[in-house]
Amino acid sequence: MIRIENVTKQYKGSARPALNSVSLDIEKGDFVFLVGTSGSGKSSLMRLMLREDVPTSGSVHVLGENLVGIPSRRIPYFRRRLGVVFQDFRLLPNKTVAQNVAFSLEVIGKSQGFIQEAVPDVLRLVGLDGKADRLPSELSGGEQQRVALARAIVNKPALLLADEPTGNLDPATSQDIMALIERINLNGTTVVMATHDRGIVDRLKKRVVELKHGEIIRDEVGGTY
Amino acid sequence: MKYIISEIRQGIFRNVSMVISVVLVTFISLTFVGAASLLQMQIGQMKTYWYDRAQVAIYMCSDVSPADACPQGEASDDLKAAVEAKLQSDTLSAYVEKFYFENHEQAYATFQEQFKDNAVAKYVTKNQLNETFWVKLNDARDSKIITESFTGVAGVEEVRDQRSYLDQIFSILNAASLAAIGIAVLMLFSAALLISTTIRLSAFSRRRELGIMRLVGASNFYIQLPFILEGVVAATIGSILAGGAVLAIVQFFVQGYLAQSLPFTSFVGLADGLLVVPILIGAAILLSAAASGLAIRRYLRI
Repeated sequence: MIRIENVTKQYKGSARPALNSVSLDIEKGDFVFLVGTSGSGKSSLMRLMLREDVPTSGSVHVLGENLVGIPSRRIPYFRRRLGVVFQDFRLLPNKTVAQNVAFSLEVIGKSQGFIQEAVPDVLRLVGLDGKADRLPSELSGGEQQRVALARAIVNKPALLLADEPTGNLDPATSQDIMALIERINLNGTTVVMATHDRGIVDRLKKRVVELKHGEIIRDEVGGTY
Repeated sequence: MKYIISEIRQGIFRNVSMVISVVLVTFISLTFVGAASLLQMQIGQMKTYWYDRAQVAIYMCSDVSPADACPQGEASDDLKAAVEAKLQSDTLSAYVEKFYFENHEQAYATFQEQFKDNAVAKYVTKNQLNETFWVKLNDARDSKIITESFTGVAGVEEVRDQRSYLDQIFSILNAASLAAIGIAVLMLFSAALLISTTIRLSAFSRRRELGIMRLVGASNFYIQLPFILEGVVAATIGSILAGGAVLAIVQFFVQGYLAQSLPFTSFVGLADGLLVVPILIGAAILLSAAASGLAIRRYLRI
């Protein structure tokens, strides 16, 4: 599913590499927490898996694609096969909940018929039925993140990348979101989640990969923060 | 499709003043292009018209001719007969459609007619004006044959192709149309820059949306199409206005004014104008698509 080998990422103008010879294997159906302090390299690793960036050296394979050599016109097609959520939700402020979710289907050319079926389904799945016509500004943070999750999974992706999805949410709301992500994982979607949230990691007892100064210092199944 | 149309509409209304300036600049520059191409057509038309009527003049020696060309003074009847015989000879008659002889009296009458209101008409005498063989050729381009056959012949002062006078007029008109094209190219260049700036602004104001589109896997084509079409729509409106202006120039200025005041010249008509309009629109579409395509490229880098 994901295979990262000897990846080093050196940003221009910084003395120490953001990632230093990192290797990581993630199997289909896994649920992996990436933990570590700010600047430990979590975000750099997420960016590489999303092909927002390429490593300075080493190889990155995700969903069977070699992300180092992939031609740029194929990148959109690669991204259609995975879902992403972020700390800041990244919703379109002038579109309603349903339009935000439908947007990700429209841009990849799904038919209106398919969209009209899939959007209410996925909104029900994330617990937002009845709020389809609201604007993001009219929703709470937890609800906005549910919209983002709905948008990420409406394509039924094999992989969900979540970059601190609970970073802006209070503990109770975070638990709801995590329950949702666990459900998505149980349906067979591989989940890679970068987080600072000690409580969540300790409670879920999943595989934990800890980064420090750009190196993996711990990779433990059923671990805690 | 619905999405793309609504995106274009939003894009155009978002920076309406920039879009208006794109429309105006393409409008004015393409009007110049259109006017210049009409002028070229006009030159072509006048060339065929006037070259057809141009004659070669064989000026015979007169009393006042310079001595180096006419050492024997006024051309005698024998010399005139020799020129006439040569024009009727087998070698030349193939090229000559017709010719006629103009004697001193006729030349004087024509001169008085042409310079009726000019003081010079009072001082000119009959003998100062050359007797002339006016030669009309089957093909005006063959004038060299006549020039070469009669230059230096005894009794001939000078052989002159009327086309040489016309060429001066045409070269002035040609320079004018080239200047118009030069201005047009400069303005089209600024139009292209303006389009790319407009599109860049438009993309900048939508960069969050663009980021999200890239994230959910929209293809580059899908992302850039609304922007390119936004530029194309603005430029097309400008080019349609320019087409209208060109047709108006033809209809009201050329046909309505010039053709009335100069009835013996043939001018470009609406048919020629209609030929120019699709060229203008096509040029606008190509130019704006290229300019906005290049401008949006920066935002597509993944």
